[in-house]
Amino acid sequence: MTETMIKIKINETELEVPAGTSILDAAKQAGIKIPTLCYHEDLLPTASCGLCIVKIKGMNKKVRACATAAENGQEIITHDSELYNIRKIVLELILSNHPNECLTCQRNGNCELQTLAKEFGIREQVFKPQLKPKNIDKSTTSLILDRQKCISCGRCVQVCQNVQDVWALEFIGRGFNTNIAPAGDLELNESPCVKCGQCSAHCPVGAIVEKDEVDKVWEGLNDTTKHAVVQFAPAVRVAFGEGFKLESGEIVTNKIYSLLKKFGFKAVFDTNFSADLTIMEEGSEFVDKFLNNPASLPLITSCCPGWVDYLEKYYPCCIEHFSTAKSPQQMLSALAKTYYAEKNGIDPKDIFMVSVMPCTAKKYEISRDENMSASGIQDTDVVITTRELVRMTKSSGIIFDALPEGKADSILGEYTGAGTIFGVTGGVMEAAIRSAYYLITKEELSDINITPVRGLKGVKEAEIDIKGTKVRVAVAHGLSNVKKVMNKIKEAKAKGEETPWHFIEVMACVGGCVGGGGQPYGVTNTIRNKRTEGIYTDDKQSKARCSHHNPMVQKVYEEYLDHPNSHKAHDLLHTSYTHRPVYLK
Amino acid sequence: MSEQINFSQELNDYIAEWKDKPGNLIMILHKVQEEFGYVPRKAALKLTEMIDVTLAKIYGVITFYHYFKLEEPGKYQIQVCMGTACYLKGGQDIIDELETNFGIPVNGTSEDRKFSLEALRCVGCCGLAPVMIIDKQVYGKLTKEEIPGILKKYQ
Repeated sequence: MTETMIKIKINETELEVPAGTSILDAAKQAGIKIPTLCYHEDLLPTASCGLCIVKIKGMNKKVRACATAAENGQEIITHDSELYNIRKIVLELILSNHPNECLTCQRNGNCELQTLAKEFGIREQVFKPQLKPKNIDKSTTSLILDRQKCISCGRCVQVCQNVQDVWALEFIGRGFNTNIAPAGDLELNESPCVKCGQCSAHCPVGAIVEKDEVDKVWEGLNDTTKHAVVQFAPAVRVAFGEGFKLESGEIVTNKIYSLLKKFGFKAVFDTNFSADLTIMEEGSEFVDKFLNNPASLPLITSCCPGWVDYLEKYYPCCIEHFSTAKSPQQMLSALAKTYYAEKNGIDPKDIFMVSVMPCTAKKYEISRDENMSASGIQDTDVVITTRELVRMTKSSGIIFDALPEGKADSILGEYTGAGTIFGVTGGVMEAAIRSAYYLITKEELSDINITPVRGLKGVKEAEIDIKGTKVRVAVAHGLSNVKKVMNKIKEAKAKGEETPWHFIEVMACVGGCVGGGGQPYGVTNTIRNKRTEGIYTDDKQSKARCSHHNPMVQKVYEEYLDHPNSHKAHDLLHTSYTHRPVYLK
Repeated sequence: MSEQINFSQELNDYIAEWKDKPGNLIMILHKVQEEFGYVPRKAALKLTEMIDVTLAKIYGVITFYHYFKLEEPGKYQIQVCMGTACYLKGGQDIIDELETNFGIPVNGTSEDRKFSLEALRCVGCCGLAPVMIIDKQVYGKLTKEEIPGILKKYQ
């Protein structure tokens, strides 16, 4: 289909754009930035903030550039003194209803409203502040919702409802009294919220932020009675650099190893190691079902805690299909407080296990049930997000750029390319196929790049030929896409039919963990793609690219776990699920 | 949440009729409020199962429109007009009297659950200002001294 092109003029620059292009996007192509606050590339324009108004010659009314398509022959003015003044007033009005607490706000220096106020040179509160005291929701262990800071842009509501299909957040009330909240006076932990944190990643201000636990990490590090150890997730290594003005997708794994050592961690582990271990457990689980009990398929992946919460709330009928394998975070922590502790003669109670994740739901996962204390005490002590690690680094005095390339500590730090791709949508499936093929056939796949499961398409399907047997797989990311897949399974089950797929990978966030709710701000598909590219580069550069080739994983089985899905592996590395109510009251 | 709320046959029929039509939510919420006098939380939860809509959406709508109530109203509904004429003629005094001397808060209900109070915009009989309405009975040219006597009638 050929696109119809239209000719327009923006501030005297003539350009051609496809019909239907918004004035905002057209201006971008002309090298002009129109200020926005409510607009976000991931979401539909809501035209609520009013900052992006522009003039069209011959039209009396000013229009909002985000929500207006350019039309052929239009002459558009995006910047002049009148528009500047209007935008400034809009900002001043927003500021009259926003606390002037930038210095103590978590978004200080990283806030879209603050940046605009700076750019527009706002020096005084022109309009009398109209602040009302509002409740701060601290009910979850993942997120803080400070409604007074909310500017009602609606990004969080849209991402929660349309992208994630969770519907924890809604505009409650109207006008000045509008609150972003769950239905019916509930707090987030009583609501359908799955703690994915996409609201926090999309909030332009400090109204929804991750629960900051950096201080807890320092406390543990400074406690001389504690043996502090740390792990970090696959997706952290390709996004962390953004906090230090590096390109998205730049792999900084080795610098993170040095950084964490400098912080004082006694051992630096890599969640990629336990991603490989997850593949051995989950892959073996799949192979066992596939060979011995195909009627029990599909198997659905369970590494994503937002997804686990969603399934327990909305699809209890599918719990039997859920892989019992824990997430890599929980597997590594369990091994740190058992295997590593025993090997090094440390009392597990003295181990302080920190985990750096691209995810806010991981903060919830560590105490979701008693299986998360497989070592006898809570396996993971603190989870901080990539964003928190950036802040922690900046306050530590360590110059990140100047750090040497370091190494992870042996055994729980070694990984293959299969472990690293856990950080992107399709990665767990690809890693699982690489090893499942071997486990079933005892032969290696000739081409281990499973490209049909890669990329940002919401639902990806593929058929894998394992020596004549077809394995149908599906990969979904972004919970609204996941719902489509799950409803098909539910339907097939209700009718007693075979489900359309044998193996399903789910990640709650769009793009997978690279687009996680705890990653550096400003995510768009362009950034997701760059981080994804970084992950696949890391995979390509890895010496071994299949989990069953990880020598340290083999060693842990030999020395400690016996074999995948052994009794001991089940005790430490597997969990169970329960039906949870969507609303707690 | 364990106990289910019962809908009348009429309400169930109405929901069935509107289930798949556009604009169903508002229509159904009106009917629910007609039946219960407000939209009980359990009714809202039941609706999420009967029509494909989330509780968040329902509460978004209920809290946006002034008309819908989330709390069970008192036995009698008091409405005081605050339109221009009534306001100038002392509508606020009537409200103050009801609030301070009878414990009936605006947009709330007295502790004994007998009276609910709502301030209205013009009810259209400015000649009678200030006006108070109790369950459709209009009291015009009202003074706050008359209030105790009027309320006594509603026991």
